Amino acid sequence: MTVEIVGISVLWLFLFGYVIIASIDFGAGFFNAFTIVTKKNHIVNTVIQRYLSPVWEITNVFLVFFFVGMIGFFPSTAYYFGTVLLIPISISIILLALRGSYYAFGTYGTKKGHVGYTLMYGITGVLIPASLTTALIVSQGGFIHTTPSGRIELDYIGLFTSPFAWSIIVLSLVSVLFISASFLAYYSSVAKDEKALNLFQKYTWIWSFPTIVTALGIIIEMRWHNPTHYEGLLSLWWLFGLSFVCFIVSLLLLRKQLYGKSFIFVVLQFAIAFYAYGVSRYPYLLYPDVTIYDGFTNETMAYTLIVVFILGFMLLIPSLYLVFKLFIMNKPYIQKGK
Amino acid sequence: MDSVEFSRYLTMLTLSVHVIYATLGVGVPIMILIAHWLGLKRNDEHYLLMAKRWARGYVITVAVGVVTGTAIALQLALLWPSFMEFAGQLIALPLFMETFAFFFEAIFLGIYLYTWDRFKNPFKHFMLLIPVLIGGAMSALFITSVNAFMNTPQGFALVDGQLTNIQPFLAMFNPAMPTKVGHVLTSAYMTTAFVLASIAAYHILKGNRHEYHRKGLALTMKVALIFSIATAVVGDFSGKFLAEYQPEKLAAAEWHFETEEEAPLVLYGVLTETNEVKYAIRIPYALSFLVHSNFTGEVIGLDQFPEEYHPPYIVHYFFDIMITIGIGLTALAFFYIVALYCNWSFIKTKLFRRLLVASGPLAMLAIQAGWWFAEMGRQPWIMRGYMTTAEGATDSPYVWVMFIAFAVLYLILVVGTGVVLSRMFKNNPVEKELEKQTDVKGGIAK
Ligand code: HDD
Ligand code: HEM
Ligand code: HEM
Repeated sequence: MTVEIVGISVLWLFLFGYVIIASIDFGAGFFNAFTIVTKKNHIVNTVIQRYLSPVWEITNVFLVFFFVGMIGFFPSTAYYFGTVLLIPISISIILLALRGSYYAFGTYGTKKGHVGYTLMYGITGVLIPASLTTALIVSQGGFIHTTPSGRIELDYIGLFTSPFAWSIIVLSLVSVLFISASFLAYYSSVAKDEKALNLFQKYTWIWSFPTIVTALGIIIEMRWHNPTHYEGLLSLWWLFGLSFVCFIVSLLLLRKQLYGKSFIFVVLQFAIAFYAYGVSRYPYLLYPDVTIYDGFTNETMAYTLIVVFILGFMLLIPSLYLVFKLFIMNKPYIQKGK
Repeated sequence: MDSVEFSRYLTMLTLSVHVIYATLGVGVPIMILIAHWLGLKRNDEHYLLMAKRWARGYVITVAVGVVTGTAIALQLALLWPSFMEFAGQLIALPLFMETFAFFFEAIFLGIYLYTWDRFKNPFKHFMLLIPVLIGGAMSALFITSVNAFMNTPQGFALVDGQLTNIQPFLAMFNPAMPTKVGHVLTSAYMTTAFVLASIAAYHILKGNRHEYHRKGLALTMKVALIFSIATAVVGDFSGKFLAEYQPEKLAAAEWHFETEEEAPLVLYGVLTETNEVKYAIRIPYALSFLVHSNFTGEVIGLDQFPEEYHPPYIVHYFFDIMITIGIGLTALAFFYIVALYCNWSFIKTKLFRRLLVASGPLAMLAIQAGWWFAEMGRQPWIMRGYMTTAEGATDSPYVWVMFIAFAVLYLILVVGTGVVLSRMFKNNPVEKELEKQTDVKGGIAK
């Protein structure tokens, strides 16, 4: 394995971590707001609050990690993505900023459960995945053009009129809701909160099928959008098949009311598909301009970063374990907030 | 105006907002730690409540610190893509480690906040503050080393436009780093102490005679005195560092146009069109003394540098503001502490209390002035000697739109923080909380 591949695998791991944790968070915010509208808020509110409060900051760090690591390992992506994505990413930053700070204001301030804060938290939870997904879409190639003066620019019209782009956005939204509902169903089952459990179980069913349908749709659309990548996807058909099997197993387990195991299979389903997708893109970071080889940093820095990464991880794993033990796997806390 | 200028303004805006929260983010843990420790040692309800209340307010500032920090991290690539492409090869290490430090800090802060009653041994809970403190200090260290690198780049060789012989640790431990990190840390601790002192003084000024506020003021002012002296000492080292490695920055700050011996220190004043200094206070030999610790040493002036590499002369005022506030606040803390021990009553006058209330905002102003001085004083370079700010910037024509959008965002965040924090403490006054605490205790005793 080359050092380039180690680098990108590490980053992909962070991105995946972010996708899962952030999905739970974004989806929880959405359900929280949505149930206010449907007047079922009292059912889900406690469970959501208890989970979100201690972990929201950690979610953000995953994003920053991915991003800083990207610039560290592949500095030239800073040039391409930085230049092209000024507007979409700035919008994401603004939404993330509003979301994070208003969450803190709403939770720790005096007006707990303020409806305005809750709605803001819900709406941003849907808009952020959509705007962040633009980066992924652009990296598929085809949306960057060079102006006569030699500048590179994002082709906004092309982007907003592309069915391919829209289906990826839809996929990001439905998976957010699916992952989140599945996790919250598990969390409420530990909390022994029957009502919340029933609701989240229902949401999991509702969002499972759109997820799988859009995912399939995208693979098919890729054929027209980027044939090379389509070939890549096809050659990994067995991985996508495996991912599909995990999807089915997760639903079976959901039916048997084994919520924890069901959630694990949801994560597996996304992990396999996510890595398969990643491998199928190889070696492009930005099709067709940047590959992981020509965009790579110098070897010394790469090795230093990897060593630091391992050391840092050895520090973080025990700390994260502590968080898990105290808040996420801790029955008294989940049930009583203590 | 072009995108370079707007990129500069947006960077300046984001960093100036972030540094308010970042300074508190680095500084507040040490204050919580001291109060919590005193509370446990002396079994004093007041100090324990102080730690609790500070921690509660801290969460709000951390939250906004995190989001503004995320904004900078992304904006660095959005606004300075060429710089990040080039420098990313050299400074990725501290940037990467900074993220680990934040992570570490965030995790333990979260645990600390939610576990006030979950440990049987309260010292175990107290210990959670130590990683928070270390995480904050380390993240300041790492990010400041990046900024130091931009001032004194090293740890690589540039051969035909190609970077070779890259040594990440040498790049990180560059000549500017020790003084810069030291000064940033001490000034953050100092500023936080003054900010918290301001709040206590405000309550006392408003006529609240509760012991809690008196204890709070005395504690914060003691810490403030220690760190203001430390800040001034390290600031002096920073000046000596500049004289050796970035003489043009110091010369611009001092309007020191001609290289000379026995150089005076120039404070305040105005600059005429022909670069003459008017109405300034000159302290003879002081600049030579600052740089060489003797009265005759030669100080390099701006005449040694081509005109196009002169930093903007306005940095002089930022330098003045920082130093004036630094010396003024040190004196303020000194008199307060002496008077406290000698029972002098002038510290109980309205005027003195107003000064105490002003100390926090003034310290924050000094931080801003210091950064503006340090950053503008590096101009026209983004990476001194290698890349100018204009070369590093994006060429996107939409930066101005983003500038407006972010300006609105920061306004919302800053006002929101203020409103939420003041409401949080007003609706929950100290007296009421102390009562509640004793009630709980009584309940257990029964
Ligand atoms: C409470 C804030 C505060 C106070 C009271 C002072 N400073 Fe400061 N100063 C800073 C906050 C600061 C800062 C914001 O932290 C800076 C900006 C960049 C840096 O490294 O630290 C800074 C930079 C800075 C620099 C430029 C360093 C560089 O560019 O590498 C010098 C020479 C000094 N300071 C010197 C002093 C002296 C002699 C002071 C005497 C009292 C002083 N400062 C008080
Ligand atoms: C990775 C590190 C950093 C980078 C890439 C960076 C980059 C820049 C750039 C390009 C500018 C515009 C320069 C100008 O035109 O004046 C600037 C200004 C500024 N930066 Fe830095 N900086 C860094 C670190 C910091 C830090 C750590 C702070 C403090 C929190 C800071 C505070 C400021 C301030 C206050 C300004 C405004 C100065 C002005 O008025 O121009 N910077 N920075
Ligand atoms: C160019 C300069 C800077 C960059 C790129 C930067 C980056 C960041 C990022 C990405 C975060 C959020 C991390 C997270 O998601 O948890 C953050 C927060 C923070 N930053 Fe900055 N930062 C800069 C300047 C500074 C400076 C100069 C200091 C300290 C002196 C500082 C101290 C902090 C602290 C303590 C936090 C955590 C929030 C808090 O505790 O208040 N940063 N910064």
